[in-house]
Amino acid sequence: MPEINMVVNGRSMRAEAEPRALLSDFLREDLSLTGTHVGCDTGQCGACVVHVDGVAVKSCNMLAVEAAGCEVSTIEGQAGPDGTLNALQQAFQDHHGLQCGFCTPGMVMSAAALLKENPTPSEAEVRAHLEGNLCRCTGYHNIVKAILAASGQDVSGIAAE
Amino acid sequence: MPKDSGIGASSKRREDVRFLTGAGNYTDDINIHGQAYVHFLRSDVAHGRIVSLDTSAAAAMPGVVRIFTGADFEGVGGLPCGWQVTDRHGQPMAEPGHPVLAQGKVRHVGDPIAAVVAESPEQARDAAEAIEAEIEELPAVIDMKAALAEGAAKVHDDLPSNLCYDWGFVEENKGAVDAAFAEAAHVTTLELVNNRLVANPMEPRVAIGDYARATGESTLYTTSQNPHVIRLLMGAFVLGIPEHKLRVVAPDVGGGFGSKIFHYAEEAFCTFAAKALARPVKWTSSRSEAFMSDAHGRDHVSKIELALDADNNFTALRTETYANMGAYLSTFAPSVPTWLHGTLMAGNYKTPLIYVNVKAVFTNTVPVDAYRGAGRPEATYQLERVIDKAARELGVDPIALRRQNFVTEFPYQTPVAVVYDTGDYNATMDKLEEIADIAGFAARRAESEARGKLRGLGVNCYIEACGIAPSNLVGQLGARAGLYDAATVRVNATGSISVMVGAHSHGQGHETAFPQVVAEMLGIDESMIEIVHGDSSKIPFGMGTYGSRSLAVCGSAMVRATEKIINKAKKIAAHLMEASEADIELKDGQFSVAGTDKSVAWGDVTLAAYVPHNYPLEDIEPGLEETAFYDPSNFTYPAGAYACEVEVDPETGKVTVERFSAADDFGNIVNPMIVSGQVHGGLGQGIGQALLENCAYDPETGQLLSASYMDYAMPRADDVPFYAVDHSCATPCTHNPLGVKGCGEAGAIGSPPSVVNAVIDALQSGGKAVTHIDMPMSPSRVWSAMQG
Repeated sequence: MPEINMVVNGRSMRAEAEPRALLSDFLREDLSLTGTHVGCDTGQCGACVVHVDGVAVKSCNMLAVEAAGCEVSTIEGQAGPDGTLNALQQAFQDHHGLQCGFCTPGMVMSAAALLKENPTPSEAEVRAHLEGNLCRCTGYHNIVKAILAASGQDVSGIAAE
Repeated sequence: MPKDSGIGASSKRREDVRFLTGAGNYTDDINIHGQAYVHFLRSDVAHGRIVSLDTSAAAAMPGVVRIFTGADFEGVGGLPCGWQVTDRHGQPMAEPGHPVLAQGKVRHVGDPIAAVVAESPEQARDAAEAIEAEIEELPAVIDMKAALAEGAAKVHDDLPSNLCYDWGFVEENKGAVDAAFAEAAHVTTLELVNNRLVANPMEPRVAIGDYARATGESTLYTTSQNPHVIRLLMGAFVLGIPEHKLRVVAPDVGGGFGSKIFHYAEEAFCTFAAKALARPVKWTSSRSEAFMSDAHGRDHVSKIELALDADNNFTALRTETYANMGAYLSTFAPSVPTWLHGTLMAGNYKTPLIYVNVKAVFTNTVPVDAYRGAGRPEATYQLERVIDKAARELGVDPIALRRQNFVTEFPYQTPVAVVYDTGDYNATMDKLEEIADIAGFAARRAESEARGKLRGLGVNCYIEACGIAPSNLVGQLGARAGLYDAATVRVNATGSISVMVGAHSHGQGHETAFPQVVAEMLGIDESMIEIVHGDSSKIPFGMGTYGSRSLAVCGSAMVRATEKIINKAKKIAAHLMEASEADIELKDGQFSVAGTDKSVAWGDVTLAAYVPHNYPLEDIEPGLEETAFYDPSNFTYPAGAYACEVEVDPETGKVTVERFSAADDFGNIVNPMIVSGQVHGGLGQGIGQALLENCAYDPETGQLLSASYMDYAMPRADDVPFYAVDHSCATPCTHNPLGVKGCGEAGAIGSPPSVVNAVIDALQSGGKAVTHIDMPMSPSRVWSAMQG
């Protein structure tokens, strides 16, 4: 089995993996980073979104060997070293943007990529960006609201709570 | 001024921190040293006879530990059904066996035939492909009415037909209902389909069986909404393991919506195999497997008739429904189209005579069971669609027709057995008219029309019944379980509290909301209280979370247990202050003697309970821990009024939800933020049902056509708008200590009819004589209807 090196959340990591191993499985099973979730097998749900060299990817659609030598960022690397939530994570908590939490890592990673590209997206842009992230709990209301709030926009006019 | 803690505060969810940092502990995140992995070989035909099963080549594949087939489960119990319905003639329903692995026949695409246990998931999957299964394909029955036709292939050879039951409710009223129809001034009739759905919690199911030879204890880690129910069903009926040797753990669970209530074959298999192999066995469902093995929801075909007198009063209601059971009876399947559906047919209206007939049918499809709302969405959909159609036929305002027929006096005995304890349907309708700005609709319609779009407004009401109970009643109705719940409040020596609850949180935020209740009662900080749930070895025997029951039933148990704590703590405080117990008051975490300045703090009392040096040992025991079981005296009856505004593109038939408003009466509210979130989620699912989602089978072959997210249209962020929700109209439940009703299912129950009503309104505004379109109202269905 090939040995794969990558920098994950700023730390050099190394493990052996089968050539057919998906990046999502490699992160979960070989590196024990179980915050990245797998909710489907057709690349639709987005629970597995991570950043590879700064770009949001669905880690179930990428082989682990393809990410060899790359910098990978996962949900485990988003909070501060002391555990303080970053602004986006905090907005998700403040605005109840999660319920069961299963889609949440992918939502946060996907939203982070949006805000990097487009720091003040419109509601329609947020909704369009989340096309590839399914949530079954929230009806998306508070996810969209949280992302708009994280971008610094006033969300007080959006239906309460 | 909104409260910042206790009952009524929108406390931020403490569980969010672990979910937002990737520190959640979902079942698939658990790996046990030495575990093997199982892959199930599933039937790829809908109906067939297993002629031969040759596992020899597969068994020789790398890493294979053992291959199990149905033969390994002879003598082991089948998956039990938890509810027995009695038919119109007093006979019990047909109840076929449900083996863990197929024996003799396969009955739906996805039916498990064999289980390969191997050292890795990949090896298990590879070896499963090497199993040679010769299956003689048999004609499949998919359509329910065809399944009941003379000469139809039988799903179960040992049953007389594919009919599970033919249920009449209330059977004694049938003649009176028919007579009322004969005298009616107007009768509106509607035939409709409540489309088959797949619950699709984002976390697929997972099961890990573990067996400790040292103690003889089996442990099952599983994605369940109710670990104690699984322990009872699997231990007692399938594997014959006594409760004290069986532990069921449901850790963080990624959504359920009903589909994780039921006891599934994979849970029993992993527990069984772990003991047989003396090593842990893990199964992780793929999404594709989930589509063909998770219980599906809805799938009713109904005809509903509403009789009105000359003054537009509802005089009678008559329905006939075909309810799909699928190939086997899932755990609570028989109750859904009967006691969770027929009893809600009165809705918010004082219709005096109602008759509901339900024929439950076996087909070669995945079993169908409760999905968010479970029977109540099916009842609401029929009723609120037929009322809307009646209003259009009579040329009256749909809101006025509803208001005219509202139940306005409580308690109200419906003609379908249940008694509504409280409600105010005009209040929620008033609130809806306000938040939906119904007065402004005409202007918005004009604006849409100026852009070449059709705009429609649909309104509906709903009522639901939550916290199914009491146990002695549901027992008479066929439930094979009690429906109480339990909580243990364990006060620690330094005053912090662990509350062990039978309810299970898989998105509902119990870890945040439940402490708000205890904190309010004791006057201490919420952060001193921790909720423990999901592990049968830690929590008292409770029935779990479904049917919007957690706060109304388990929360009530928690209140009762906390009251016992307060009573005992007051005795201790009285002793410490040398006062009479009757004079002790508890406020803001301080016990004081009425009319004096004497007081002791909460922590002084809890410490005294555990270090009883100065303590009335002759009167009370040391320690401060109490358990309560709570069996409600009635259901709770949340109700509300919903409005949907759609735009329809006349060129393409595409429907866009422009506005959605929900005015709910949930009684008292503990955490408004969480309650709104529950409604939002239900609305998302209801709009999904109305416009997008459809679980489709090929009617000839029984192949599942919508078996992935490529084919099953889940609602996405750009399919829905921001919602306007309000729950300020509150008539507190009269029979539980918190006055709460339950909010988990309302959105999914109340939303589909208003979406359909809105589309019909839009099309009729465009001059189309369309009176009904079945869900999901895809662009092709809407466009086709417009051409007709």
